[in-house]
Amino acid sequence: MRRGSSGFWLAAAVMLSPVLLTTTAVAQTSANGDLTKMQSNASEWVMPTKSYDNQRYSTLDQITAQNVGKLQVAWTFSTGVLRGHEGSPLVIGNIMYVHAPFPNTVYALDLDHDGKILWKYEPKQDPNVIPVMCCDTVNRGPAYADGKIFLHQADTTLVALDAKTGKVDWSVKTDDPSKGATGTSAPMVVKDKVYVGVSGGEFGVRGWVAAYSTKDGKELWRAYSEGPDKDLLVDPQKTTSLGKPIGADSSLKSWQGDQWKIGGGDTWGWLAYDPKANLIYYGSGNPSTWNPSQRPGDNKWSMTIFARDPDTGMAKWVYQMTPHDEWDYDGVNEMILADQEIGGKTVPTLVHFDRNGFGYTLNRETGELLVAEKYDPAVNWATGINMDKGSKDYGRPILDKKYSTETPDVNHQGICPAALGTKDEQPAAYSPDTKLFYVPTNHVCMDYEPFRVSYTAGQPYVGATLSMYPPQGSQNMGNFIAWDATTGKIKWSDPEAFSVWSGALATKGGVVFYGTLEGYLKAVDAKTGKELYRFKTPSGIIGNVMTYEHNGQQYIAVLSGVGGWAGIGLAAGLTDPHAGLGAVGGYAALNNYTALGGTLTVFKLPSS
Amino acid sequence: MQRMSRAVACVAIALSLSAGIAYAIEDGAGDPTAVKSEDGKWQDKNGNPTFKIGDDGKVDWYTYVGFIRYSANCLQCHGPDGLGSTYAPSLVDSLKHIDYTTFYATVAGGKQNVSAAQNLVMPAEGANKNVMCYIDAIYVYLRARADGAVGRGRPAKHDDKPEAYTKAENECMG
Repeated sequence: MRRGSSGFWLAAAVMLSPVLLTTTAVAQTSANGDLTKMQSNASEWVMPTKSYDNQRYSTLDQITAQNVGKLQVAWTFSTGVLRGHEGSPLVIGNIMYVHAPFPNTVYALDLDHDGKILWKYEPKQDPNVIPVMCCDTVNRGPAYADGKIFLHQADTTLVALDAKTGKVDWSVKTDDPSKGATGTSAPMVVKDKVYVGVSGGEFGVRGWVAAYSTKDGKELWRAYSEGPDKDLLVDPQKTTSLGKPIGADSSLKSWQGDQWKIGGGDTWGWLAYDPKANLIYYGSGNPSTWNPSQRPGDNKWSMTIFARDPDTGMAKWVYQMTPHDEWDYDGVNEMILADQEIGGKTVPTLVHFDRNGFGYTLNRETGELLVAEKYDPAVNWATGINMDKGSKDYGRPILDKKYSTETPDVNHQGICPAALGTKDEQPAAYSPDTKLFYVPTNHVCMDYEPFRVSYTAGQPYVGATLSMYPPQGSQNMGNFIAWDATTGKIKWSDPEAFSVWSGALATKGGVVFYGTLEGYLKAVDAKTGKELYRFKTPSGIIGNVMTYEHNGQQYIAVLSGVGGWAGIGLAAGLTDPHAGLGAVGGYAALNNYTALGGTLTVFKLPSS
Repeated sequence: MQRMSRAVACVAIALSLSAGIAYAIEDGAGDPTAVKSEDGKWQDKNGNPTFKIGDDGKVDWYTYVGFIRYSANCLQCHGPDGLGSTYAPSLVDSLKHIDYTTFYATVAGGKQNVSAAQNLVMPAEGANKNVMCYIDAIYVYLRARADGAVGRGRPAKHDDKPEAYTKAENECMG
């Protein structure tokens, strides 16, 4: 019913769009100009990933490799919520916006008056949404534009709040939580549209990205990851994959029967935007179910990088990284846009650290594949990516059959990485000074046992059990690495006891920051990776580090509050992680380091 | 309270061993000792589903399937091996206190504990074939965990799949 009506809506939106474009042209230009301009102001942090290119790089340089060792806590703030805290605050002018997981509280704090609460927003949501959130009730934060705060709530309500008062300006339902669709990701605003995706790959929810008018919440386009071409918003002749037209019915042909309708490919990661190319970028997640033998075919376009026209939604290019996924390697991780020297030329690249353990460098204008290399040597499910343009398998992973999970009811052992991926949603950073990418990674392998599963709307549709443990011979379950994306090589690697589940921050001061699951905020030298500072926050960190300037002083801020996938194993003690015991077992020892609780910790240098 | 009862159980086992007589462990459904099998599916003296572990640690088919289906459908909240998570209780503890009927009713009907301090919600699984077709197996596995008869992780050895199981599974899953 819902799908039928949105299909009709889509057709209407496409017909109307030329008119909309003409009449709102003026508003678009000014709105876009504002946010683009605001991003270049280093004292603010106006969007969750700092800027449209997702570099998470700040030109603030008061805090340097020389003085960061003196960093101290300036102030703290409790969110009052116990569950996993992902994302980071925003700073616009003298106001900081702090969000929390379900019930999705948002606070506006007055930086001029010691963080006094200017307003608090707490929506009333049906608690029945809680159990359909696969891995804790996380939310990766709000977006800002045109004096409004946009938040995609757990129950898939997209809400626009007045940034000054917290009053609801408009709200719209984007999907149906009774079928397992939930909101966890941060929206992004370009021009006069706010873009948002959906979570629910473990419930067979068909993924989409939609554009809503920032003015009134009207849906302007919706592009599905799977289904007929008109739902995908693709042109069979003009939309390309690795330089070739995708052809008609590209998705339908890659599924058996109607399976695409419950095929997943959800879109819960970060969005990016290139104003020059006028393209937005994002990835789609795992095909549902986790039992691969139940869904023959490439399952397009799950596990895919999309480049779309932000005005019309039409896809310019797509690239499927893991066709017919057998391991839950969602392709949703952030796309980082950076111009880099490759072969003596400056290339507009897109760099993506996929769950599947490969770091991809593509030409973001054409979708051409330039580099694809493992960013953790432990990765074994594929020996590499086929880079031979003449091959029919060009761009596809070269699979190691030993680690295929195609046979159901068999416990397939020793697969690296685990379903968590070599990296999950925790975003990497890029420094144009060092020309290196700073990547928080997981160093975890798994046993994977797929089995038959039936679909019931709103019920888990998983079809596999897993056990996770560190790779053989490793004591550490994570690494924080520096990566050269022009060659696909690790420059340095700092081992971490646990997965690094916190977004990185790179700064002009030559310091890179990240958090750890035990709760440390760490600062390392951008050139060498040498640790320069650590501070233990009240709980494990799965949030992203940010920086801002207020009254001439540079601050570093991070949300702590352990949870998410890592928190599932938190309560259970573990006897021996190397024995390959129960799933998420590797994280259980976290119990000895940290406990629950959402807190923002803000750091600064002492006054001289 | 739970620690106390566990301690008591330990003492009881120690006593029974020293006395050289079999002493049954009690859980929420009573004595779990398997007395009767219908095509590899064991029952206790009250007719409740139960586990049967061989001397070599080999588990019955249903205990094994229970581990698999628990891990697929319940682990997301209740943690690995029934041990609980940051937001859902340990079922290894719960099954020491609740009987089969209560277990069945909670799984089928769900449970909510929502207040200013917490947001705990167990969904109703009554319409979920992936759970309800295996409810007895999941119960048997957790009962074995609660009674300490099965340790953490995937049981190393298990009985072969009974024919009756395949038939029942096909009928239930459709």
